[in-house]
Amino acid sequence: MSMEVTAQNFEANAAKALRDPNLRKAMGIISGPMASRRVETARELPEFEALRDEGVKIKNHVLQHIDLYLEKFEQQLTARGGKLHWCRTPREARETVLALCRSRDAKIVTKGKSMVTEEIGLNDFLLEHGITPVETDLGEYIIQLAHEPPSHIIGPALHKTREQIADLFEEHHPDYELNGKKAGTRSTEPQVLVTEARSVLRDTYFRADVGITGANFLIAETGATVIVTNEGNGDLTQSLPKMHIAVSSIEKVIPTLEDLSTILRVLARSATGQEMSCYTTLSCGPKRAEDIDGPEEFHVVLVDNGRSEMLGTALQPLLRCIRCGACMNNCPVYHSVGGHAYGWVYPGPIGAALDPHMIGLETARHLPNASTFCGKCEEVCPMRIPLPDIMRHWRELAHEQQITPPLQRWGIEAWAFAAKHPWLYRLGARVAIAALKLLGKDKGRIASLPLASGWTDGRDFPAPQSADTFMSQYKKRSH
Amino acid sequence: MSSSRDRIFATLRAGLKHTVDDPARPAAVAERIASHPRNLLPQRAQLPHAEQVALFTAKVEALTVTVDSVAGVADVPGRIADYLARHNLPSRLRVAPDPLLQSLPWSERPMLQIDYGGGRSQDLVSVTPAFAAIAETGTLMLQSSSTTPTTLHFVPDHHIVVLKESQVTGTLEEAFQRLRDKLAKSDKDWVENWPRTVNFVTGPSRTADIEGVPVLGAHGPRRLHIVLIADGA
Ligand code: SF4
Repeated sequence: MSMEVTAQNFEANAAKALRDPNLRKAMGIISGPMASRRVETARELPEFEALRDEGVKIKNHVLQHIDLYLEKFEQQLTARGGKLHWCRTPREARETVLALCRSRDAKIVTKGKSMVTEEIGLNDFLLEHGITPVETDLGEYIIQLAHEPPSHIIGPALHKTREQIADLFEEHHPDYELNGKKAGTRSTEPQVLVTEARSVLRDTYFRADVGITGANFLIAETGATVIVTNEGNGDLTQSLPKMHIAVSSIEKVIPTLEDLSTILRVLARSATGQEMSCYTTLSCGPKRAEDIDGPEEFHVVLVDNGRSEMLGTALQPLLRCIRCGACMNNCPVYHSVGGHAYGWVYPGPIGAALDPHMIGLETARHLPNASTFCGKCEEVCPMRIPLPDIMRHWRELAHEQQITPPLQRWGIEAWAFAAKHPWLYRLGARVAIAALKLLGKDKGRIASLPLASGWTDGRDFPAPQSADTFMSQYKKRSH
Repeated sequence: MSSSRDRIFATLRAGLKHTVDDPARPAAVAERIASHPRNLLPQRAQLPHAEQVALFTAKVEALTVTVDSVAGVADVPGRIADYLARHNLPSRLRVAPDPLLQSLPWSERPMLQIDYGGGRSQDLVSVTPAFAAIAETGTLMLQSSSTTPTTLHFVPDHHIVVLKESQVTGTLEEAFQRLRDKLAKSDKDWVENWPRTVNFVTGPSRTADIEGVPVLGAHGPRRLHIVLIADGA
């Protein structure tokens, strides 16, 4: 049992999201400051675009030799005293982690942020087996208290307002004290709330029997795993308990420390608009005999979950993804409906392209339709993943298999026509919406569209389109 | 039944199609790892050393890190005492048992209580060395070892780093190369001596998880302070 999937209800999820004022506020933060910080830091590095190309080159090279780099990684990790566990399925990964925790007789495990552990549904599984997982990334901690899935891969709780967070904290730590004193009246100040979470979790880091983190990269050259964070929670999680488990996935392997250096230059800029995240940590093996601290055991649980099947297919470019979140920060559909509407771990354009493979096209069939084809995701993706092409691939496949509702089949035909006429495609989303409306109204075929006037009206339409355009489109389509 | 490992590799190899048996592949991988070529290096930090130090200082200060430049090691205990006084902190320090730090003239500041070892929950202020510093982004590079426990970098509220100007490099790539050079011993390849942990620290701990508002001091140190020793490099 993985994280609960609600992707099949995308339309209902989205309709609900569009009426949620809190979500509108949160999305304003993502589409505003978060997206513009990326542009600013990228501008301050003249080589930014060239570095993206370098990153793509590194990842493409890895994918041609991924079997060999994984072998090298395993060999180096083992030589440093670490242990690698290969897991094909989420179930195998959950059971592997559980067995490792049990070998330490673990009661409490701390967790750093890890999307792969969300993907395999680890927390609920551990709880069912009597082990308490405590998320320590502030955003993950908040949504764990709220019993909600993350809505964004970088800022999992960005959909929550400060008032909602203050309510959660009041409910879950009513006895919270600061410096031995009752910590005054309820506050909704982010600084005060952060301090509260910090002191509440402090003790847990020291009590935890096992620390579980993710890994953004696996370095074949040294056998090290790498986490990239801002809060320092991942480092406390992995350096205090006796056992450190890093849960990651096979496509995260890269050749060398030099390749890491290059990709780090585009990762933080694309994700949060920082030049470097506060903490980038390489972990390799358990504590050495002479070390003063560090875990006695180091395990890497490497999850496949269908990734190996993507190699050599149209989905292969998705294996370059470094999970920076830029595609969702810049997506008008994501801005409109938020992360939860997508109904599975990976929302936004990356989710629309990846989820149909991981949870099945039947279940995720709406997600590749959640696109205006404005092309912004591909434009900002540091790894230049052709996300719109891949969503299109899914739409075509769904169409072939007749698993889309009729109106959406129309949309694909409209698109297929535009794709064969690139100048049309470039005109922008409003035109496509106008075309859809037209198609919906008179049920005409694509060949009968009044091309000459109708399409060219939109020529000066500025990309990217606004969220409102999507919303009006959405309303029309959902009735 | 074959193992999961075998099955994952079989699927990967099937996905590589006709290229899978190309004899040039293992050689290409071995060569890339052996020569670990540098990719494009940004111009920003390609500077004379003195300017790299200035860039590093400007970069960390922009991240709210405070820098105290001193003429020599003898000044370090005094400046650390001043820092504690400025921030109203008790004069108790948890210090990495590193040769440089142990050799400092702490006794000239008898008020300071010096305690060597890893980070504990009661420790408010740590003092550690760094392995290198990266001018391009204002990043410190620290490693675990028998004299530099990692927990000192994360547990205390205040992290004080004693750094020499000669440790400032331009880029991550240069810092990695310095570490490889240091770890290479006559009897062992550098990679065999690779430490458990290498930390890159760029400013104090922060979060923007509540409504995107940046807040310092999430779980790691709230403040990062650098005592920068001019060592004539
Ligand atoms: S698809 Fe690209 S932009 Fe989206 S998360 Fe992955 S790397 Fe980032």
